[in-house]
Amino acid sequence: MITTGLTPIITEHWDKPDLYTIEGYRRVGGYQGLATAMKMDPDAIIGQIKDSGLRGRGGAGVPTGMKWGFVPQNDGKPHYLVVNADESEPGACKDIPIMLANPHALVEGVIISSYAIRASHAFIYIRGEVPHAIRKVANAVAEARAAGLIGDNIFGSGFSLDVVVHAGAGAYICGEETALLDSLEGYRGQPRLKPPFPAVAGLYASPTVINNVETIANIPYIIDRGVPWFRQFGTEKSPGFKVFPISGHVVRPGIYEAPLGITMRELLEYAGGIRGGGEVKFWLPGGSSVPMLTAEHLDIPLTYEDMAAAGTMLGTGTPMLFDNTVSVVKAVTRWLDFYKHESCGKCTPCREGTYWITGVLEKFEHGRGTGAEVDTLVNLCSQIAGRSFCALGDAAATPYPAALKYFRAEFEAATSTSADEQFNPVASYVFAEAATR
Amino acid sequence: MTMTSNAGSDLTPQVELVTVVVDGVAIEIPKGTLVIRAAELLGIEIPRFCDHPLLDPVAACRMCLVDIGGVPKPQPACAQVVSDGMQVRTQLTSPVARDAQEGVMEFLLLNHPLDCPVCDKGGECPLQNQAMTAGRPESRFGEVKRTFPKPINVSAQILLDRERCVSCARCTRFAEQIAGDPMLELLERGSNQQVGTAVDQPFDSYFSGNTVQICPVGALTSAAYRFRSRPFDLVSVPTTCEHCASGCSLRTDHRRGTVTRRLAWDEPAVNEEWNCDKGRFAFTYQEQGRVTTPLIREDGQLRVASWPEALDFAARGLSAASSHGVLVGGRSTVEDAYAYARFARVALKTDNIDFRVRDSSDEEAQFLRSAVAGTAVRTTYETLEQAPVVLLIAFEPEDESPIVFLRLRKAARGGTRVYSVGPVATRGLAKMGGTLLPAKPGAEPAVLAELAEQVRAELQARGAVIMVGERIAGIEGGATAVLQLAQATGAALAWVPRRAGERGALDAGALAGLLPGGRPLTEDRARAAVAAAWGVDSLPATVGLAGTELLAAARDSSIGALITGGVELGDLADQSLGRAGLEAAGFVVALENHHSAVTDLADVVFPVAVVTEKAGTFMNWEGRPRPFAQTFKDALVMSDAVVLGMLAKAMNIAVGASDVAGIRRELGALGAWNGPRVERPNVPAGQVAEGAHLVATWRALIDNGVMQEGEPYLAATAHPVAATVSATTAGALGNPESVTVTGPLGSVTVPLEIGEVIDGVVCLPLNSPGCVLYRDLGVRSGQAVTIKGTG
Repeated sequence: MITTGLTPIITEHWDKPDLYTIEGYRRVGGYQGLATAMKMDPDAIIGQIKDSGLRGRGGAGVPTGMKWGFVPQNDGKPHYLVVNADESEPGACKDIPIMLANPHALVEGVIISSYAIRASHAFIYIRGEVPHAIRKVANAVAEARAAGLIGDNIFGSGFSLDVVVHAGAGAYICGEETALLDSLEGYRGQPRLKPPFPAVAGLYASPTVINNVETIANIPYIIDRGVPWFRQFGTEKSPGFKVFPISGHVVRPGIYEAPLGITMRELLEYAGGIRGGGEVKFWLPGGSSVPMLTAEHLDIPLTYEDMAAAGTMLGTGTPMLFDNTVSVVKAVTRWLDFYKHESCGKCTPCREGTYWITGVLEKFEHGRGTGAEVDTLVNLCSQIAGRSFCALGDAAATPYPAALKYFRAEFEAATSTSADEQFNPVASYVFAEAATR
Repeated sequence: MTMTSNAGSDLTPQVELVTVVVDGVAIEIPKGTLVIRAAELLGIEIPRFCDHPLLDPVAACRMCLVDIGGVPKPQPACAQVVSDGMQVRTQLTSPVARDAQEGVMEFLLLNHPLDCPVCDKGGECPLQNQAMTAGRPESRFGEVKRTFPKPINVSAQILLDRERCVSCARCTRFAEQIAGDPMLELLERGSNQQVGTAVDQPFDSYFSGNTVQICPVGALTSAAYRFRSRPFDLVSVPTTCEHCASGCSLRTDHRRGTVTRRLAWDEPAVNEEWNCDKGRFAFTYQEQGRVTTPLIREDGQLRVASWPEALDFAARGLSAASSHGVLVGGRSTVEDAYAYARFARVALKTDNIDFRVRDSSDEEAQFLRSAVAGTAVRTTYETLEQAPVVLLIAFEPEDESPIVFLRLRKAARGGTRVYSVGPVATRGLAKMGGTLLPAKPGAEPAVLAELAEQVRAELQARGAVIMVGERIAGIEGGATAVLQLAQATGAALAWVPRRAGERGALDAGALAGLLPGGRPLTEDRARAAVAAAWGVDSLPATVGLAGTELLAAARDSSIGALITGGVELGDLADQSLGRAGLEAAGFVVALENHHSAVTDLADVVFPVAVVTEKAGTFMNWEGRPRPFAQTFKDALVMSDAVVLGMLAKAMNIAVGASDVAGIRRELGALGAWNGPRVERPNVPAGQVAEGAHLVATWRALIDNGVMQEGEPYLAATAHPVAATVSATTAGALGNPESVTVTGPLGSVTVPLEIGEVIDGVVCLPLNSPGCVLYRDLGVRSGQAVTIKGTG
């Protein structure tokens, strides 16, 4: 039963055909947050974001105000704001739609955030495979510049800002914030040794804040409408609302914006339930890098804290749901294949571990695994998790143990029966006829 | 370490100590130390691959994961800085650390071919060794390994077997951080990650061989040593490099009477752990073209003679002559140079002696006698590293003393400012972030005299250093100007010769007017002390002929007999002078290890030992003695000192000890001179030559040098020969692809390159393939040439 309503805020006017233009955005109240912000002291903005309790929407859920507060002020160095728009997580599809439909919310957020952290240069690092999104954001930046919202002495405040839209070259690792910085500086995208942390020595060895697109898109609304308004949504520890792009075997996959704390069951109902009245077999609250859950977890609120308590993570907050037609062996194999392909190669556990695990999982997929290997894989994952250089390794070590926890029998069956024999692959297709299922 | 106190050391700030506990053992250690270093100090060895104490941490291999109290995940000891009260548990006490390390080792071996039986690294391989301590007895990996076609050349010398690589990034970090030649880079990603170079841009670094040595697996090998031997079949001897005045510690490995390879050896005060490719690979000359028996000239032809016959022949020839000269060459050991100095004064009763059989001047001789000879070790590598500013004159360190270059680059990375007075901003200068103080060749003294006020002020800072190369000899008034600048600013002055033996020969007294220990020949007290030590009544009291004057005297038939010891006539700018001098001298005794133009002109030739066949000492530019042991203990070839001793005996003259130990005792007993020194030179600055194009030149590190013969892989990594000019000069020539440069003796045609060179100056290598300036053009640095575009 649904008790939580949807709260379209970032997505409120997505049905307006010209929202992506500056006129369209202004017509629905856009850039009011900026006007408010420019009358505020930068520290007051940081304070307001801290008070709002906004947490990073890129996956780790670090409080945004705290991140901003780490930037040393009056240090004589240039500061930078970098927007991580390298959305590449399997299952994640929120930043790119935001950039396509409402790019000015991002741009407005960028201007306010830069003003708050005293950055006169901001970079929006967009995944290279989405030229349509790059074009939309670049256009929005150009419009904002033409309107005097970006450039020298904005609103006569003495604050100047330049915004650069940078296209990545298509590497998942560049979503890791320090790898993103290396890539942005023109180097090979590989994570950097920390410390120093980006807040102290990030882009060009200067204090840098790196925020996710959705996080930044929240900023104008918080500044415009205030902390109490923002805190009416969500929970104490996970305040606010979230863009939930729901994918998988649901009747109406798509983007649903709702307060944090809504349950998956509620979202699933909004999405029309599992196709053909079927059952959820397993689902992931935030991309392939978080441990999977099953139908028994559908009533847990989607918050950072409740997901952690359930042994998983909210992650990017991008639920993927799979029905009973899906082979978990095959799903895990695909994910690992992705991590193997995207491992940057810097550290041994991730580079070699993903290579090995993928090789073994492919055997399982074809029914040629061994019983011993079912447990060997758990051990291999434990040799990667917590031992790799960055979180990519941790992510790669996540799907298998989580899947094994709920579907051990399926992996054991894969020692003799291929995934395709266990589950008719045609039945799992989204467009499969009900009869096949 | 023989380092004496210097201005730099007391600049070192007081260190703050913290207490850290490793495996239950507490140690007080400077703040900022890495956990892996703290453990080493306690004798706890944490396995590692990417860690290298001289490279920045990267924490990529994850082999050194340890358990740190209060931190949930195991941390890389190579990147973790100690903090007060930190509790570290290594594999010895922590199951987590042990498990993590074993896991990483298993991963490292996945895609490693385990071809140890055919791998050059087998037997000295960190991967092999650590697989024994941290690996599983049996692999759980049953899938297909990743493979690569093998090997690929990253340069003519360096080969890469990619499937053996563990991606530790030591080679790429060395190339970028130490050598400043970032031509090696990791390419691709995931398990396809591999070391590689850009297309058409091989790893032609002067320091490339170091990457082979620091590679913790057998991924990088050298063409020279690949498949030559197994490490456990080699006998290793600690030696000193004989190529330049840097004075690197080496390890010479030999097998069955042949040197198989040389490695840079650990000497923190000098070469740290590095050496250059010449020092590493250029040793095949030791076996080729050797003089193997005494030879005497009979009817115009050299014939083989027995030792007694040849000694007798030489003794008679020397005794018959009324005047003598001794040319030592720049490659003698201290002991051999001392033997020549002593032989000249005692047996030949002459002061006509010089080790500078190259471009030299009286001014330089006076500079060396007054300011360099017999001075204690004052300016050191350590001084350079601490110096706020270093000024280079007539000196291109990357080519002429590569380890000085590495230390200067390290210093520059730490904030030292480097200035170079000269006509060219070299590649090396750029890599040190240095600034060129432009001076046309020959105009250096004028530029030094009118040095910008800011630079002059910087040189007055405590710890400032002026480094002058041996090419100062070719600049009239240069040494005078340098001494004046050093005096005016208080900056330390270091003379960096190019050849390994020059500084030692100077201190051994192998220069006219100079007795061992920097004693002026003209000082009665100095002469008396040396005469007493040598057991003679008196020594020649008038300063003899040196340098080109000595050769000119020989050419004019005023020298009755000449002794040469390791002389290369090609080193002389005036090639005809050397040849004419040897031809006109009444009698020539050559102590040489190789057949050469000198032996062709000699009346008697004695074979002498190369560095592997004798013990000895090279004194590096710091004045630091760098003793080395005899590599081949059973070599039958005698050193110059021993042959000179036998020669004296044949002449019925007693000269004292001829063995290394004896000579060291004699030198030690003489000690240093603390009496008055000779006057400093006072030569006015010379005129800059007239002409549209003046030559700037020096010897490239890898060139036609006779001690690089027989090593084609090394030769192929030489920097390409080109005439480098400014864009303006090139424009005036019509921007041709190549140019023909013409001098009095002829011309060379070489590709044209544009660089940061003063207008009207053309920079050419002195002695490189297709461009041998003294021989082909007949010009030296600062002289005018004509240039014509040829395509």
